[in-house]
Amino acid sequence: MEAVSEKITLDNQLTDWYFTNRDQLMSSSNSVFNSVRPAAMESFRKLGIPDSSFENYKSTNIPKVFLSPLHKYIEQRKILFAVEDLFHCDIPELDTELVLLVNGWFYENRPRLQVLPGGMIIGSMAEAAKEYPDLIKQHYSKYADYEKDGLVALNTAFAQDGTFIYVPKGAGGDRAVQIVNVLLSPEDLFVQHRNLVIVEDNATARVVVCDHSLSARHFLTNSVTEIYLGPNSHLDYVKLQNENDNSNQIATSFVHQERGSDAVFNTITLHGGLIRNNVYTRLNGEGASNQTLGLSLVDETQHIDSYTFVDHAAPNCNSHQNFKYILDDQATAAFTGRILVRQNAQKTIAYQANNNILMTSEARVNTKPQLEIYADDVKCSHGATVGQLDPNAIFYLQSRGISKREARLLLMYAFGHEILNKISVEPLRVRLSDLVDKRLRGELSRCNSCPLHCQETC
Amino acid sequence: MLSIRNLKAAINGREILKGINLEVKEGEVHAIMGPNGSGKSTLASVLAGRDLFTVTGGEVLFEGKNLLDLSPEVRARAGIFLGFQYPVEIPGVSMTNFMRTAINEQRKYRGLPEMNATEFLKLMRDKKALMEIDSALASRSVNEGFSGGEKKKNEIFQMAMLEPRLAILDETDSGLDIDALKTVATGVNRLRRPDNAMIVITHYQRLLDYIVPDFVHVLSGGRIVKSGDKTLAYELEEKGYDWIKEENEE
Amino acid sequence: MNGDQDPIIKQVTQGDYKYGFVTELDNDALPKGLNEDIVRRISAKKEEPEWLLEIRLKAFRYWLTMKKPEWAHLKIPPIDYQDIIYYSAPKNNKPTGSFEDVDPELLKTFDKLGIPLDEQKHLSGFAVDAVMDSISVKTTFKESLGELGIIFSSFSDAVREHPDLIKKYMGSVVPYRDNFYAALNSAVFSDGSFVYIPKGVRCPMELSTYFRINAANTGQFERTLIVAEEGAYVSYLEGCTAPMRDENQLHAAIVEIVAHTDAEVKYSTVQNWYPGDKNGLGGIFNFVTKRGICLGDRSKISWTQVETGSAVTWKYPSCILRGESSVGEFYSVAVTNNHQQADTGTKMIHIGKNTRSTIVSKGISAGKGQNSYRGLVRVVKNADNARNYSQCDSLLLGDQCGAHTFPYIEVDNETAVVEHEATTSKIGEDQIFYCNQRGIDTETAIGLIVNGYAREVLNKLPMEFAVEAQKLLQISLEGSVG
Repeated sequence: MEAVSEKITLDNQLTDWYFTNRDQLMSSSNSVFNSVRPAAMESFRKLGIPDSSFENYKSTNIPKVFLSPLHKYIEQRKILFAVEDLFHCDIPELDTELVLLVNGWFYENRPRLQVLPGGMIIGSMAEAAKEYPDLIKQHYSKYADYEKDGLVALNTAFAQDGTFIYVPKGAGGDRAVQIVNVLLSPEDLFVQHRNLVIVEDNATARVVVCDHSLSARHFLTNSVTEIYLGPNSHLDYVKLQNENDNSNQIATSFVHQERGSDAVFNTITLHGGLIRNNVYTRLNGEGASNQTLGLSLVDETQHIDSYTFVDHAAPNCNSHQNFKYILDDQATAAFTGRILVRQNAQKTIAYQANNNILMTSEARVNTKPQLEIYADDVKCSHGATVGQLDPNAIFYLQSRGISKREARLLLMYAFGHEILNKISVEPLRVRLSDLVDKRLRGELSRCNSCPLHCQETC
Repeated sequence: MLSIRNLKAAINGREILKGINLEVKEGEVHAIMGPNGSGKSTLASVLAGRDLFTVTGGEVLFEGKNLLDLSPEVRARAGIFLGFQYPVEIPGVSMTNFMRTAINEQRKYRGLPEMNATEFLKLMRDKKALMEIDSALASRSVNEGFSGGEKKKNEIFQMAMLEPRLAILDETDSGLDIDALKTVATGVNRLRRPDNAMIVITHYQRLLDYIVPDFVHVLSGGRIVKSGDKTLAYELEEKGYDWIKEENEE
Repeated sequence: MNGDQDPIIKQVTQGDYKYGFVTELDNDALPKGLNEDIVRRISAKKEEPEWLLEIRLKAFRYWLTMKKPEWAHLKIPPIDYQDIIYYSAPKNNKPTGSFEDVDPELLKTFDKLGIPLDEQKHLSGFAVDAVMDSISVKTTFKESLGELGIIFSSFSDAVREHPDLIKKYMGSVVPYRDNFYAALNSAVFSDGSFVYIPKGVRCPMELSTYFRINAANTGQFERTLIVAEEGAYVSYLEGCTAPMRDENQLHAAIVEIVAHTDAEVKYSTVQNWYPGDKNGLGGIFNFVTKRGICLGDRSKISWTQVETGSAVTWKYPSCILRGESSVGEFYSVAVTNNHQQADTGTKMIHIGKNTRSTIVSKGISAGKGQNSYRGLVRVVKNADNARNYSQCDSLLLGDQCGAHTFPYIEVDNETAVVEHEATTSKIGEDQIFYCNQRGIDTETAIGLIVNGYAREVLNKLPMEFAVEAQKLLQISLEGSVG
């Protein structure tokens, strides 16, 4: 009963916040955002923050992370540091274009939009909405369904800035765009950013997203990312979640794929408090293929919850989801994967796996792989396992002179390797493998020279 | 027994067989050889009635009947047996049940009463002995988990059970080591009779050392480009298929 | 699949329901509707003791506060609970238990269903409790089993003859508060079977109950309770049919099983309630709560079900594995054809150490049928070394049907090993051609392949039932490939 009234209070607070600031929101934003704001708010008022009465949020207490007092702002706050000084990504040979968001806002000291050779455009979402309203209108809020999920509705109601990436027809290539989401604040903060990636026909996008916190504060991020993949386009998307353990994150991504496109969407989760990742994929055109992957190494009281939904809406598509969790200490995890194969989606090949290793008696996992199939000429399967490291394998390694601890690490590393291996940008793969290795060893897995001495700064 | 006249067949609009002519009489063994993609397996499939292929011309008479008018199962009941290049796995369906169903369907077609369980099991035992087949086979599911060699042996075993008038063996030798090849060939030879016939499709001459054919035909580009006796097979082995192609182009 | 097969599919998927006849009987029935008075009158009809009436009334009052569950992948039209007759019994049946006293019409009915109640004629090795509508018609071999201390009787008789056992165990596995349909059943249950196997006794025959709905507008709410004492063993079978009627009929049953130390209970069901016609008109709504508890160490409960009937099936035979090293099994074949819907599966709750469970589910969808597997595997904190293996396969015949898999896995113990695998497929064209080439026509080939697909589960049934189930599968959908 108490939880119910808490949810109502919470929903009301957020609703009030909207109506109090509506005029300012409207006047400071482009009509692209404003046009869907009222409908999104209406939807939020109906749905509210999802609590455990929503089947898809049964395993994760979302209201709880909203209830801790957080500062909320609807305008960009001045950052007193040069973020470049604090944050410097040093992955050797990782040659990327950088997009830097601080607390969900495009970092002010950088050019707001860059047109790269070949026509690719990267930069601020707010700026892009001003500069290219027609392009954005075609895609904005077309894939992120705010009528089903209160968190998407909330984000859409407040959307102002985020990352924008546009790859025109035939453009793009090996060079990756690196989006760094930095959280930096002297006070506890609620952050929402709204991102859009448009990859047109035959174009290629490689995107690396790094989520970091540079202050030892409590943060809550509620982000929405929409990705459009035109016919025969390619996407390689890697998201690294590595915030402090007091930071909670809800990241919802929508991947819309047209005919012949292929996408790899990979989320690596190391540090963070409560993390909920939603990845909705719609295979909208014939012959599209998708891999949605995840590797999470969590300990202490971390909680990771991944929800994936793959909608096979066209024939001859294939999808593959593979999520692996290693849970230590009192960490808890949930996985829900849903594959929907619509009636016309013949010749679908869909596979889904969730494998979990529990390291302690307090770690806990709930997993729900689901198939919903309405076409008959398909090959669909899923599998889920919960278990431990194979004692025979540990013994085998020990018999070769490897210590038990090292043997366990090796096996855990091998367990995660399958996911890491799908990262196509080599320097990044090497770096992330290294981070994973360090995470497994319990060392602080922060990027080398990134001085996010979270305990000291701010 | 079998008379193929100007048979043409296509898959997805692409013509694979471009006018095949072949006469097979009782007691004869015909070998069909040819390079990959020449249409050998297509010919076997079309004769068995696989609906992947569309017959675009010609006719096939089998014991006076128009074969192409018949459904695959009626062809089988009338005595055509296809030894598959890739035998299909059917999980959960035991060999016993599978063969009993097949035999009884054939008997029904021929106006014979169904075989009772005792008779049937005796027949299984006899044929297994004849074909030197492992007796555990009967309780296993059709081809499920069989090795390549076991699958091919199982095809010949089924042929022994069904006693076809015309057996078409589609690359029965592929994927077999020499010992398995010998076992399979011995089985086939035991089934040769003056009143039946066989078409043996193979890429290599090797098989024909063990199953000696009366005629050898070379299929290339969807046509029979050369026919002869067993010495043709040796000639092919020696000179390769390019020889045929060149000769054909001249 | 090529177009030629469509007529075959139609022909075969439209195989007729052969148990659809109605027996003309004089019925002693209560009026339609559900209220406290009806509950009291059911209890009075059955001459029940006061304590049982109290349970019924508590359940009824609780039921009034409940809402029907909505989480299943089912579309169910609203049910008017006031439009159902909750008690109907064939009039001329004198409950003396002697064969001579059973109404010949009833005997004929069961003969027609292939269940002769004459012990002389019966299949050897089977004892039967025949239940029609709200009452048990006849229980065979009651006396000879009694010599071993085995109680096999109708639930109503057991209430009279063994009130202590009923008091002790009824509601101990499925309390009336468990769910909407369990509460309803607990309020209005009519008859069913009671089985008690004393310590160390291996029941020498298969015990079976045959449920028949006959009267129109009547719901069937039976209740079955099986108790196996230390070291006991019993194999129990359940069969069900109903006449073809245009309106839906409700069946909401409860089955409870208690297995003490080293006891083993095998429970098999061949459910063939009337599924409705080709257009989805009529058919039984089958909402059943079945649960067993492995109370003692090394006890074992095994559920096997072949579900071919009912318009809607909502059913999750479950095992609570409390005893150490206890074992739970669930083997299921569920077929949905035409407009049938099934949401069925199991729950395996691992509480004791070293507990093991196996789930094998084979769903077959044809026509416009919707078939869902829903299963929960839960390993609680102290259930060290729990093991579960689940395999859920779906076979789709035709492109109008659906096959869905919703497993829930909750693990709270790091020594657990839980594995779940699911696949969805159709019958391969190459498999059919292979059979064709051996002279087997497509219809027979599909029958063979479907039975092959379900064989792992059919093998778990007692021989006579397995043969029956195999035929049933063939009738239900053989040939329906798309």
